[in-house]
Amino acid sequence: MEIDYGSLKRGGFMRQKQKGLFSLRLQVVGGTLTAENLRKIQEVADRFGQGHVHLTSRQGLEIPYIKFEDIEEVKTELAKGNCKLGVCGPRVRTVTACQGNVVCPSGNIDAYKIALELDQRYYAKELPHKFKFGVTGCQNNCLKAEENDLGIKGATAVHWLKEDCIFCGVCEKACLTGAIKIAEDQITLDPEKCNHCGRCEKSCPTAAWQGESAYILSFGGLFGNTINQGEAFLPLVKTEEQLYRITDAAIAFFAAHGKAGERFKFAIDRAGADSFKKAMEEAYHG
Amino acid sequence: MAEIKITDQVDITDVVCPLTFVKVKVAIEELEVGEILSIRLNEGEPVQNIPRSLKEEGHKVLKLIDNEDGTYNLLVKKAED
Ligand code: SF4
Ligand code: SF4
Ligand code: SF4
Repeated sequence: MEIDYGSLKRGGFMRQKQKGLFSLRLQVVGGTLTAENLRKIQEVADRFGQGHVHLTSRQGLEIPYIKFEDIEEVKTELAKGNCKLGVCGPRVRTVTACQGNVVCPSGNIDAYKIALELDQRYYAKELPHKFKFGVTGCQNNCLKAEENDLGIKGATAVHWLKEDCIFCGVCEKACLTGAIKIAEDQITLDPEKCNHCGRCEKSCPTAAWQGESAYILSFGGLFGNTINQGEAFLPLVKTEEQLYRITDAAIAFFAAHGKAGERFKFAIDRAGADSFKKAMEEAYHG
Repeated sequence: MAEIKITDQVDITDVVCPLTFVKVKVAIEELEVGEILSIRLNEGEPVQNIPRSLKEEGHKVLKLIDNEDGTYNLLVKKAED
């Protein structure tokens, strides 16, 4: 039988070391699967695999030991549980996300919602090389934004309202960067030190710290053969519209300037970091 | 600021997360609505996070006093459930 590895790979079947066996990768968005998905995954792993699954480092799920001849049936079964197949190869990969502000008290943004939108816009899109998005809700960086080709981190842009402040002293201690100094009847915020974590706003008992959600974007992260921390050079991104304008522009830049087999970081370096930054700044300003 | 009348106190400098907040919760449950608890806590993680956790539970933080010995006293007013 002819094996078309290309189409198999697009469908998330990873050839195993063992002849004729595949590890089946599923599409997971923002680390979330439904109970319905899980019931079907359990059934498929029992019936067609070896009764276990593997959780990947980027919130993916694989069912190993699937026989080549079972692939079509496995696909049909999984579809009944609303499970979609994952991808590999030179494409936009699993969009990862932390719990975000819907569940986590530290969150500044709805990370899952952003992950879903990114998934809808770009998942499996073919590019010169693989491309990873990761969305993390705050500076605690549980989802490690800067190791992704494009990382998004939730932020809060804060400002202080003197008339609501009771000078309780809480915010000065809640701030981990030492950006807040309380004097007799005045609070100063050092913008050089503020990393927009939002902790002052979340702990102020009188809402004297006000804040708006924002996004910090980092570009060119790698955490494989080469390790590189994605660079955040734009000012805070304030709206979702602005956010997707920039992600569109970043993907378009990679498609236009990347060579086959070259990760985003190296495409940026070759095309010139300055021209890349200029393109992102243009998208930022719209 | 007007004098704050403290009803009860609890010392959480002898425990670490997550017991710090558990101890605070138990102490605050003993109080009537509107009464004030004084919590002695350590610098670092407790002083950075306990005020926010109390706010999220709906209670009203009034004052954080630096004891200048690596501990603080946090005054909090119990809110309705
Ligand atoms: S990154 Fe922030 S919002 Fe996300 S899970 Fe961690 S602490 Fe919570
Ligand atoms: S936490 Fe709020 S009320 Fe307390 S000192 Fe800071 S701004 Fe003022
Ligand atoms: S947002 Fe974070 S870093 Fe900035 S002042 Fe508030 S607590 Fe400090």
